[in-house]
Amino acid sequence: MAEPARLTREDVAHVASLARLALSDDELDTFTWQLAEVLDHAADVSSLDLDGVAPTAHAMAVTNVMRLDEPQVCLDRDEVLAAAPDVEDYRFKVPRILGEAP
Amino acid sequence: MSALGSAPRPALETAAMVRAGELSAVEVLEHHLATIEAHEDDVRAFTLVTPDEARTQARAVDAAVAKGEDPGPLAGVPIALKDNLCTRGLPTTCSSRILDGWRPPYDATVVTRLAAAGAVSVGKTNMDEFAMGSSTETSAIGPTRNPHDLTRVPGGSSGGSAAAVAAGFAPLALGSDTGGSIRQPAALCGVVGLKPTYGTVSRYGLVAFASSLDQIGPFAGTVADAALLFDVIGGHDPLDSTSLNRPTPRVLSVLDEGVDGMTIGVLAEYLDGVDPDVAARVHQAAEALAAAGARIEEISVPEVALGLSAYYLIAPGEASSNLARYDGVRYGLRVDAEDTAGMNTATRSAGFGAEVKRRIMLGTYVLSAGYMDAYYNQALKVRTKIIEGFDRAYAQCDLLLGPTTPTTAFALGAKTEDPLTMYLSDVCTIPTNLAGHPAISVPFGTGDDGLPIGVQLLGPALAEGDLLRGAAVVEAAAPPMAPPALTASLRGGSQENREGVS
Repeated sequence: MAEPARLTREDVAHVASLARLALSDDELDTFTWQLAEVLDHAADVSSLDLDGVAPTAHAMAVTNVMRLDEPQVCLDRDEVLAAAPDVEDYRFKVPRILGEAP
Repeated sequence: MSALGSAPRPALETAAMVRAGELSAVEVLEHHLATIEAHEDDVRAFTLVTPDEARTQARAVDAAVAKGEDPGPLAGVPIALKDNLCTRGLPTTCSSRILDGWRPPYDATVVTRLAAAGAVSVGKTNMDEFAMGSSTETSAIGPTRNPHDLTRVPGGSSGGSAAAVAAGFAPLALGSDTGGSIRQPAALCGVVGLKPTYGTVSRYGLVAFASSLDQIGPFAGTVADAALLFDVIGGHDPLDSTSLNRPTPRVLSVLDEGVDGMTIGVLAEYLDGVDPDVAARVHQAAEALAAAGARIEEISVPEVALGLSAYYLIAPGEASSNLARYDGVRYGLRVDAEDTAGMNTATRSAGFGAEVKRRIMLGTYVLSAGYMDAYYNQALKVRTKIIEGFDRAYAQCDLLLGPTTPTTAFALGAKTEDPLTMYLSDVCTIPTNLAGHPAISVPFGTGDDGLPIGVQLLGPALAEGDLLRGAAVVEAAAPPMAPPALTASLRGGSQENREGVS
């Protein structure tokens, strides 16, 4: 398999925005060399010829687990909502999501 | 101190005496709380000590005994819980600012099972943030120190649990092992650490790091105590859909069956590049197993050399997905901003430490379009090759033997600047997680620097019985190791080892 190009500062900035992380210039510099070093080490994996090898996402065989569709005791609503940073009318409250505030 | 006497009593003995009414759970607890009080400032094993809750549990155990009831196989045994195990109503932080102050609305299944078995939880232990690290130094509250030398790391990520057992704060602790996070700190702190087969211990209520690799397991001072604890926490749980729905091996009952007739392979790749004093201990452990009747063979599994690289593509990939849930909406930290996307970003940027950010970004990168085939999918194929390599070995051998770590405990701060050098300390533990197999680290003397060395036994899936039998033989042959100077000072010995840490 062809080896991917080396990680750049721009790549790290892009990935940080996808992951909802704001990085300072210093952090960007540090993370760029650190992540590039880890990916360089991973070249022994990315450069292998593994055509025809099946991937393993899970070491033990896992299947969907089904149960009867019967109501069961679940977490207490008030206890769950008590852990939320902001709540209104029994719902999680967040700042506006789209466009201008109404 | 107390009527408990000077030597730490194994959990098995404590439970037997409490069940028989010969020792009170409260008395046992007070002894351990006093030890914590005396040395926690030095060791810093805990994120939270819970004496009030512990006293309530201990009194309930004593009350049950007084009524003629059996409180269970861990009656009155103090235990420390890694702080990524949910405890209802008690803070569970994963040593991260993003979960500061969060009180889970439910108990992890292991916590429920411990309580039902009569164990007494003394607190939550420090860890690398979200279990990402090998030294406990990525904890938001600062590192735990190795009780054998306060200038050294205890290992990680379950460093607080390992240190708690080594320091005599509790005879038992629980940790989680994603790439070695039980076995590596167990080795560096001179205690027993078992990483069970994936799916034998429920992950319900274990805060997820890399879901296909994470597994809860015991820390203990002795192999028998680790077996006792595994028997209590193992077994199917409908609340964890990856929990194995088949009989879990019972290990305590087979512990003294020995290794006569077993074939044990010394894993050549695990001796590559390890310190000579560590390698010497592995060979010495092999001789002890041979003397007990095992056939020792040298064996090669070249695929394990790829484990570290594959792990640092797979585990961050899974982590980047799992940690997306920390968004400031339902629980944990929120840092306000004008809109929700800004709030998510502000919250995560303030709440996560550098190592967690690194892994999230690495995982996001290797899962992103254009890179997924070269990195993540390629690593999953390597995972297949590693499993095939182990299968080949286990067609020839019952168990494999190697070191747990390439070196003894390193100095605090020695590897924090360069993540890759830190990652390399897990080179001998990671392949087991990729394969879903069990492995155990057993203390086996000390290195040239006087610090503990752990030897590791590895087995195929569900071979915990064989694994623990082998571990018992290794333990019985282990060279003597002085207890941490901390414990000695509690017994009236010197306090020399308590200086020199800033």
